[in-house]
Amino acid sequence: MLSMREIDKSFLGVRVLSDISLDAEAGEVHALVGENGAGKSTLMKILAGVHTPEAGTISIDGVPVTFGHPLDAQRAGVAIIYQELTLLPERSVAENVFLGREPTRRGMVDRSAMERQTSKLLLELGESTFGPRDAVGRLSVAQQQVVEICKALSVDARIIVMDEPTASLAEHEVELLYDLVRRLRERGMAILYISHRMREIFDLSQRVTVLKDGALVATRNTADVTQSELVSLMVGRELSHYYPPRAAPEEKGEVVISIRGAGNATLHDIDLDLRAGEITGLAGLQGSGRTELAKAVFGAEPFTHGTMTPLRPRSVRQAIAAGIGLVTEDRKAEGLALRQSVGDNALLVSRAMGRGTAARVRELLSRVRLAPPDPEREVRYLSGGNQQKVVLAKWMTVAPRVLVFDEPTRGVDVGAKAAIHELIRELAREGMAVLMISSELPELIGMSDRILVLREGRLAGELPPGSSEETIMHLAAADEAAA
Amino acid sequence: MKYAIFVVLVLLLAAIALANPFILEPAGFLAFVKRAAPLVILAAGQYFVIVSGEFDLSVGSLVTVEVVVAARLIDGNEAATWPVLALLLALGLLVGLVNGVVTTLLRVPSFITTLGMMLILSGAVFLWTGGAPRGALSQTFRIFGRDTLYAVAIMVVVGVAAVLLTRATYGRTLIATGDNERAAALSGVRVTRTRILAFVISGLAAAVAGIMLGGFAGVSAQVGQGLEFSAITAVVLGGVALGGGRGSVVAAMGGAFTLEAMFTLLNLYGISGALEYTLQGVIIIAAVAAGAVQLPRLTPTPRKGDAHAS
Amino acid sequence: MSERVLGSLSLRMGPAQVVFLALLAVLVLGAIVGGAEFMSMETVVGIQQRSAALGIVAIGQTLAILAGSLDLSVAVLISLTSLVAAEMMESGNVAGGVAGALAVSVLVGLVNGAVITKFKVHAFIATLGMTLVIKGVLDHLYDGPAGRVPDSFQRLGYDRIGPIPVSALLWAGVALAVWFILTRTRTGYRIYAVGGDVEVARLSGVRTDRVVIITHVLCSLCAGIAGLLLASRLGAGAPTVGTDGGYDLESIAAVVLGGTALAGGRGGVAGTVGGVLLLAVLDSLFNLLEVNSFFKDVVRGVVIVAAVAVYVRRRKS
Repeated sequence: MLSMREIDKSFLGVRVLSDISLDAEAGEVHALVGENGAGKSTLMKILAGVHTPEAGTISIDGVPVTFGHPLDAQRAGVAIIYQELTLLPERSVAENVFLGREPTRRGMVDRSAMERQTSKLLLELGESTFGPRDAVGRLSVAQQQVVEICKALSVDARIIVMDEPTASLAEHEVELLYDLVRRLRERGMAILYISHRMREIFDLSQRVTVLKDGALVATRNTADVTQSELVSLMVGRELSHYYPPRAAPEEKGEVVISIRGAGNATLHDIDLDLRAGEITGLAGLQGSGRTELAKAVFGAEPFTHGTMTPLRPRSVRQAIAAGIGLVTEDRKAEGLALRQSVGDNALLVSRAMGRGTAARVRELLSRVRLAPPDPEREVRYLSGGNQQKVVLAKWMTVAPRVLVFDEPTRGVDVGAKAAIHELIRELAREGMAVLMISSELPELIGMSDRILVLREGRLAGELPPGSSEETIMHLAAADEAAA
Repeated sequence: MKYAIFVVLVLLLAAIALANPFILEPAGFLAFVKRAAPLVILAAGQYFVIVSGEFDLSVGSLVTVEVVVAARLIDGNEAATWPVLALLLALGLLVGLVNGVVTTLLRVPSFITTLGMMLILSGAVFLWTGGAPRGALSQTFRIFGRDTLYAVAIMVVVGVAAVLLTRATYGRTLIATGDNERAAALSGVRVTRTRILAFVISGLAAAVAGIMLGGFAGVSAQVGQGLEFSAITAVVLGGVALGGGRGSVVAAMGGAFTLEAMFTLLNLYGISGALEYTLQGVIIIAAVAAGAVQLPRLTPTPRKGDAHAS
Repeated sequence: MSERVLGSLSLRMGPAQVVFLALLAVLVLGAIVGGAEFMSMETVVGIQQRSAALGIVAIGQTLAILAGSLDLSVAVLISLTSLVAAEMMESGNVAGGVAGALAVSVLVGLVNGAVITKFKVHAFIATLGMTLVIKGVLDHLYDGPAGRVPDSFQRLGYDRIGPIPVSALLWAGVALAVWFILTRTRTGYRIYAVGGDVEVARLSGVRTDRVVIITHVLCSLCAGIAGLLLASRLGAGAPTVGTDGGYDLESIAAVVLGGTALAGGRGGVAGTVGGVLLLAVLDSLFNLLEVNSFFKDVVRGVVIVAAVAVYVRRRKS
């Protein structure tokens, strides 16, 4: 159905895509994988009409097409569901679904037709938790994704590109998305599915294409490759082990932070000890209060009652002064000032706390393996992995005793992921107490010295290192049998 | 690139020199600097507000208020000069403080806060004086704006202080706050206090500029008119982004000099006083447009090697 | 009505309702303090006439602000169009004068829109630059009022039908037209989209540049209509009629007072109408009480800032 041939693209003379060919059949889910910066997003934006290729052809059903504007791609039946959802929070579901293509009658927008058709689409997708008149800003991320898919269906899109659609979904919502993707496939659509997550690729796709450094590495039938083959195609080398060794018992030190009976609006009866040298993993479904717990420990959304020794922080500054740091889940929104230099970002905390010193910045940047360790570069030009390293450097300037990581490797490519894992372990080994939240269970299992499970704002239990994904999921889901 | 405005400035100065070589002499050059000084100081103050992501539209009326208040309180009495000067600076600080507090704690967009302040200030001062400026400034007071050495010295002090401030911890955290307030707050920056201080700096700068303009331009109800726009224009000419997080104070002050050079040049070449505005408008738009063209907004393309930095 | 009641009521209402409630409160206050005089025909007509010109400009400004832009050049454009109209009408050609003024408006709007979208100049700077350009032309060509409009055209400014001045009807007409555009046409939907998030709109296939340009043309047209109205009132064109009236910042203030977000994408015409009326009624009340005109400025400043503070509070909860 879709065929892209020999696509080339450069930005400012830097070749970002060369000679890429890709096709997709009706009723197929074609996965597109590659590390960050491999060119997946650029390729998709070319398909969406956002960028124009310098060379190469795109044809749909054998007819060559050129897209000068997103509208052209839309008309040709291509719809993109971006990772960062493209919806207007102030407008209704129906207004969002028909944005740019509002149906009219006698020159006026036909609101009732719009709402009728939106209802119909929602029904087809089995969505009944919200209606066409609800304001999008009040919906959950998963619900908003359904709105995006409605939008795609409403243009009679036959080729749907999904860019990391599960990145911000909770586990149970992922299942719903799987259903949705399968339904779209049954309707004879071609789906290009971009993802970092191996499980999704193997669960959903029929074929998989690997990109690396803007070039095509291979296209394979998913059934014919193994996970490790795929990973090595992506990074171009075998990754023998993913995770650094766990802490030996003698490496675990004293209790640095002790929380007893603490809570706030979302958290209840939290008892938690964090030890020097130990990585405590925190699992839980989305909405279980994981991020809230991180922010409570860090004083950003403080505990309102209970005890925490040495100090229950009422503000971020109190927490930092007490030696607590937080690597936030959303790096771009909460972690970095993107238009400032690496150096300014790295020094932000120490300056804010009145401990500013520029002397050690370079050393610190090499320490977090930032390559090149150039403090002058603007952070926004760095890859996700390097940005995360800058965030780490930012905390290391004030040498916290406790560092909380909320999804430390989200949006980070495989290579940089391993580097960040090593860094976290290194910090622990040097005596830092680490609390690590991750919704990627293999990562959590691989990294943690013990795993705590959060359910509906309460700690549901503690599991030993190396517990299976099933055990964790049982405990995380409100499941009678597991309790 | 960051200092492209200075290339423009040098070209303008060269053009001025062609018509009037006097500007190449120390006296001529200093006279030019003196004329530019109040705007340079206002631009430096405005820079702190703009780089934090806000606007300060109240500086023009604050300048008027400073001059009118000074004239009425001093009323020709030399002895009153120093106490009144102290009062004027305090007034600038207070106005900035109110702007900052309303903008940050009450979360009113600064465009509206400072617009309201503009109405309040000009209303209040003429309510107090009964509609027109009264009284007179003292000789000592006038020296600051009228005497070239004083004016230039004040400007240099303010300029150096502004540069040092942007390089200091305060400046770096302010710019980070303007770029990403949430990230700054979660890094321990006191964002509210930081922003309020930016407005206070702008208020103080307006007070200093007002004191100088009182001596330089004399007492009138129009002395500060439109200065808020000139100051913002100067800052933007210097390549500082409206919306915050980017730009240098040196370039902002360069923008003010450039604006002043443009006025001088247009006068010299006998462009009628009126069409001067027209040209000024065209040049400002063209300069900003040129800046936008030179620095296209690209999708950040990762450089080679980033993906494998491990 | 106390501040607290206003505040707590406001929690349950949109900003547009809040501003009308405040309007009602001021009217009641005026009736109590001013009695029969405040409710006299003279006052009512005065309020309508005073608000018509600002109202029309503010309606246009609403469009610009909703689209995430703003227009500082409306004040000088009002002066310019008043002069164009009055000069062209000197020969008695009313239609030509109207057409000329509107054509100039469209041109200015096109240039504003094009500079903002094609050259990527911030709207604040682009329209400030336009202000200077027009101001220069005005100062160069005119020392004072010029041109003359025929008596027939002056009726626009002074006639009324029963208690309603023609100028108020014109304002209502403009408001209705823009309300229709915003709520019933694709253009209106796209203005909200562009103001809400320009990137989202673009990715959804909206030609965002075109929307911003159309918005600026409509905004300038509104300023041109206000210029015509003022020319008919003055009987001539005047180079400072727009700036003296402070229509640039005051129209922005009225829009924001009506609850439209300065950042764009949220708000509407109804709120702006309320905001303009509130300012006009306050003005009348002050006139009645013979309050010093400088005091009025102070109160206006406080009201605008306080109103926005209330809206922000409301949205947070």
